[in-house]
Amino acid sequence: MTEPAMIDVNTLRISFGHGASLVHAVDGVSFTVREGETFGLVGESGCGKSTVLRALCGLNPAWSGDISIAGAALARPPDRAFFRRVQMVFQDPYGSLHPRHTVNTTLGEPLAIHGIGDRDRRIVEVLEQVGLGPAFRYRYPHQLSGGQRQRLAIARALILEPRVLLLDEPTSALDVSVQAEILNLLTDLRRARGLTCILVSHDLAVVAHMCNRLAVMMQGRIVEELDVAALAEGRTATEYGTGLLTASRGYDRRLAAAFVEKTEE
Amino acid sequence: MSDPQLIVDDLHVRFRTPQRIVHAVRGVSFTVGREKVGIVGESGSGKSTVGRAILRLTAPNATVSARRMAFQSVDLAGASENAMLKVRGRRIGMIMQDPRYALDPVMRVGEQIGEALDGRGLSGAERRARVLAMLEAVRIRNPQRVYDLYPHEVSGGMGQRIMIAMMLLPEPDLMIADEPTSALDVTVRMQVLAILDELVTNRGLGLIFISHDLNLVASFCDRVLIMYAGRIVEECRAEDLAAAQHPYTRGLLASLPRIDARRERLSVLQRDPAWLND
Ligand SMILES: Nc1ncnc2c1ncn2[C@@H]1O[C@H](COP(=O)(O)OP(=O)(O)OP(=O)(O)O)[C@@H](O)[C@H]1O
Ligand SMILES: Nc1ncnc2c1ncn2[C@@H]1O[C@H](COP(=O)(O)OP(=O)(O)OP(=O)(O)O)[C@@H](O)[C@H]1O
Ligand SMILES: [Mg+2]
Ligand SMILES: [Mg+2]
Repeated sequence: MTEPAMIDVNTLRISFGHGASLVHAVDGVSFTVREGETFGLVGESGCGKSTVLRALCGLNPAWSGDISIAGAALARPPDRAFFRRVQMVFQDPYGSLHPRHTVNTTLGEPLAIHGIGDRDRRIVEVLEQVGLGPAFRYRYPHQLSGGQRQRLAIARALILEPRVLLLDEPTSALDVSVQAEILNLLTDLRRARGLTCILVSHDLAVVAHMCNRLAVMMQGRIVEELDVAALAEGRTATEYGTGLLTASRGYDRRLAAAFVEKTEE
Repeated sequence: MSDPQLIVDDLHVRFRTPQRIVHAVRGVSFTVGREKVGIVGESGSGKSTVGRAILRLTAPNATVSARRMAFQSVDLAGASENAMLKVRGRRIGMIMQDPRYALDPVMRVGEQIGEALDGRGLSGAERRARVLAMLEAVRIRNPQRVYDLYPHEVSGGMGQRIMIAMMLLPEPDLMIADEPTSALDVTVRMQVLAILDELVTNRGLGLIFISHDLNLVASFCDRVLIMYAGRIVEECRAEDLAAAQHPYTRGLLASLPRIDARRERLSVLQRDPAWLND
């Protein structure tokens, strides 16, 4: 608990559009993640989770509030060294991969941009780490399955050996055994390198397994923050948090009807 | 099991790549009636490829063959491209795994969904009203705003619901849903699944539900097919999934994280080469 804050976010606000289509996607969000910690972000679809992560990794300059990473205020735009320290795995790997770049080019490019040598070894090594063999090295994104693309996206984030990793639904496209391999890999990296992570996921079991603490978001705000022990024991403080826990148990026709009534009130 | 609507018998799909031929689907046979059939299995085992092959939407480097592939009275293997156009989207819908990629990036999402109503002689206003009603049905909070957004302006879960809305509008008889709810929070997911569930029960929709979420498939579907390396290695009633026998399926179940039982490491699967042949 004495570790210094690695990520500090204070009253972050981000909006899109004007007039009738104005939306406050992130509406005063504050949280702190200490070095080496993994912080979970869960919540409604469309509540602003990806928007928070994109701002943290410098991809959305139009925010207000305070963000500091490793004690330094986030610059707009951030310098090149920042991008080496903070990497993000995007929610839909297809959209974030260049369709005409092979796996090899996708992984070699960040190394070239940051002037890092020994590229061949690093590419082979990171492919091995994410469980894609050398056979995939010269494939294009459309020649990979959904889960294989996701592993490529994770490999691309890892190849720069960042200190902060922002993970947006990193395993939702993976079968549960590959998911286990990736989560174990992240656990190892966290231990070996003191990696700090924010993990966005709709899967509360994944969050419970990986995180120390988590925040529950709804419509641009954090409505509840709790530690995983509380999550495991079902001690949620808000109705929405409790609903998430209940719905995590699987599909139930009667419960579904109850949820519909609630949102229609 | 109700009478089969879809029959797939000994389906094979091979991809040509510069290095070698990838035999992605290796003799898959199953039927689907007016029921919910789950497909789970290894990433890369050919689940999406099976879905695309049914609609003949596989990539140009693919070769598809089957002893028989039929939907109601349509011979899917032999039908002309023209005949397939009447099937695709209208009688068989497919919710693609990467919705934001599957959508046209330069067209507003509302207009794209509306295209599913082409050829019905609806006025512009009627069409818009139908689309807005469908967006509301899939629990989009502000349908008016979302109607005018471009695909890159919607969140992951909104993209999935847009895709679902688009596929439901033409009221198909069979829906192939490829990871349709992986980006939805679990409360919205429950509500969207209830829509599909209702269509199966009341309108006799047949549903192929491809998913990595074992708990979800076990609680939502009627039957489950488990795929490994291009084959169906096991089939069971959904409620019996936890008692599945194949070592691959057992391995999957063992690697699930749990909310209430934290472990240092998750167990991973030791793949056995023998699974490729049995
Ligand atoms: N470029 C943009 N233009 C307009 N609106 C946007 C843009 N990007 C995001 N939004 C809006 O901001 C809100 C939050 O989106 P965000 O992608 O952060 O949600 P999310 O919490 O990640 O949801 P999900 O779990 O479905 O991925 C949504 O209403 C979305 O439509
Ligand atoms: N166009 C293509 N060219 C070459 N190989 C391909 C092509 N499309 C798919 N493949 C390969 O075929 C196999 C099956 O792919 P498919 O997308 O059907 O898997 P999946 O079971 O849906 O996996 P996931 O759960 O990861 O989405 C994979 O090994 C993939 O790499
Ligand atoms: Mg998102
Ligand atoms: Mg797939």
